Amino acid sequence: MSLSVAIEHRAGDFRLAADFTTQGRVTSLFGPSGSGKTTVIDVIAGLTRPLRGRIAIDDLVLLDTDRGICLPPWRRRIGYVFQEGRLFPHLSVRQNLLYGRFFAPKGEGLADFAAIVDMLGIGHLLKRRPRLLSGGEKQRVAIGRALLANPRLLLMDEPLSALDEARRQDVLPFLARIRDEAKVPIVHVSHDLSEVIALADHLVVLDAGKVAAAGPLAAVMARPDVAPLARRQDAGAVIELFVAGHDAAAGMTLLEGAIGQLAAPLRPLPIGAACRIWLHARDIILAREAPHGLSARNILPVTITGLLPHADGSRDVLLDCRGQPLFARVTPAAVADLGLAPGQSIHAIIKSVALA
Amino acid sequence: MLDLSPEELTAIGLSLKVAFWAVAASLPFGILTAYVLSRGRFPGISILDALVYLPLTLPPVVTGFILLILFGRRGPIGAFLAEHFGIVFAFRWTGAALAGAIMGFPLLVRAVRLSFDTVDRRLEAAAGTLGASPVWVFLTVTLPIVLPGVLAGVIMAFARAMGEFGATITFVSNIPGETQTLPTAIYTLTQVPGGDAAAFRLVGISVAISMGALIASEYLARRLGKRVE
Repeated sequence: MSLSVAIEHRAGDFRLAADFTTQGRVTSLFGPSGSGKTTVIDVIAGLTRPLRGRIAIDDLVLLDTDRGICLPPWRRRIGYVFQEGRLFPHLSVRQNLLYGRFFAPKGEGLADFAAIVDMLGIGHLLKRRPRLLSGGEKQRVAIGRALLANPRLLLMDEPLSALDEARRQDVLPFLARIRDEAKVPIVHVSHDLSEVIALADHLVVLDAGKVAAAGPLAAVMARPDVAPLARRQDAGAVIELFVAGHDAAAGMTLLEGAIGQLAAPLRPLPIGAACRIWLHARDIILAREAPHGLSARNILPVTITGLLPHADGSRDVLLDCRGQPLFARVTPAAVADLGLAPGQSIHAIIKSVALA
Repeated sequence: MLDLSPEELTAIGLSLKVAFWAVAASLPFGILTAYVLSRGRFPGISILDALVYLPLTLPPVVTGFILLILFGRRGPIGAFLAEHFGIVFAFRWTGAALAGAIMGFPLLVRAVRLSFDTVDRRLEAAAGTLGASPVWVFLTVTLPIVLPGVLAGVIMAFARAMGEFGATITFVSNIPGETQTLPTAIYTLTQVPGGDAAAFRLVGISVAISMGALIASEYLARRLGKRVE
């Protein structure tokens, strides 16, 4: 599937001019509050009509203001999971789930009710009324309701934001299962980078109504101009690896990728499984000489490609490790003491526990 | 105690028939009007608003007189309906039902409209993303949610139509067996010597029907309300 969006919109003082294309299975729209994320997916769903623009899924044009095309929401067949669930209060959970199927075109293979109910773990809730559900249960039912309408595309507007941390951890694995088991592409809105990294393969970064960056997740995360948009403590690089082996006695899992080998705490994954880690800038230590007698297991040879100052005085050192960009956050004093400069070859040290 | 005369039974039956048809016939218009008043954004909506509530403030005799002029045998609307559809209102029970419907309409519209005002529009948007066209959204989401309000409006309008006196007696007079409803029958009984006992019986029945309707509506509204909380 390919989704292309090019829209211009104005609401009061807010101006939105978003233009991106994505082929991702899960595309995240990421950015600070007020950057226009929800407006973008409201426009994709047809709930907001933009001033100008064009939206297409593969060859199907949903909106083209130049040609006067604007499909109404009920003809777009785009599922939408809202922040607050929006379950129908007068219907039971089962009736909520089946609501969209009633309107789905007949003849096509219908989404499998039992499989989706099972995947979301909501079988025991079917007879209940929405008001008797917890926040996490409501969101799971809302996701099931959207999937059972056989959508071409599933939109999710911060599906976890109304939940507390424990509930989030309950629902997040279900989102990952939908990504892997349901064959529906997802566009997902979030301001939480950990959620994005857990789910997305494509990333569109929005800032003040404009697309700041768009593309495959790891490539976008590697761009230094994107890092400042993440909350300060969240800056870091995303690295794609696979499981090379386990050392149960030492409690370690060996991960391997383009950058070499990394030792991480034991992970319950089969050998060969893909694995994505998020290496925070603040978890990397820099050394000029290859160190000895350290407890840290992971020492990577890297080249400095740039220095990025922050408003608070700290610096992000941009690094390259066999083509994989990394970030390390250090104090100005450390930059001076080590004499860090672009082009220099140094060592990046990463504690294994930082890779948990 | 309740050995009612055939005339009294006729008046009770006629009252129930008149009130039932008054509400049944005006309900679709009432829901539509309430929806337009709640959602509509067009010039002249305040005029529609005032027109709907007018029977509430006008003296009922005035309403009855206007009905007589418009819907009487020679009235512009009455003559048209009689000629083309064979529907006659003047001095028939149908006229009493029309008077009851007009007098109950503001109460019906008011209750339903307040319900429409409280509907969460975001639920309607959600139904749209699930493939429901606006008509289906109205039938499967909006209407079920406003049902308690519709019910309250129906009961109020029914009670108002049952009790209608001024407009009815002006428009269709007080003909036993045709247009003599409970209130006009009670009025007649109070005008004849020795009619007090019979009047009392009908008053008792009036009170019982009204109380029953209120209790039933309260009960149903609470049950429905629980569902959509």
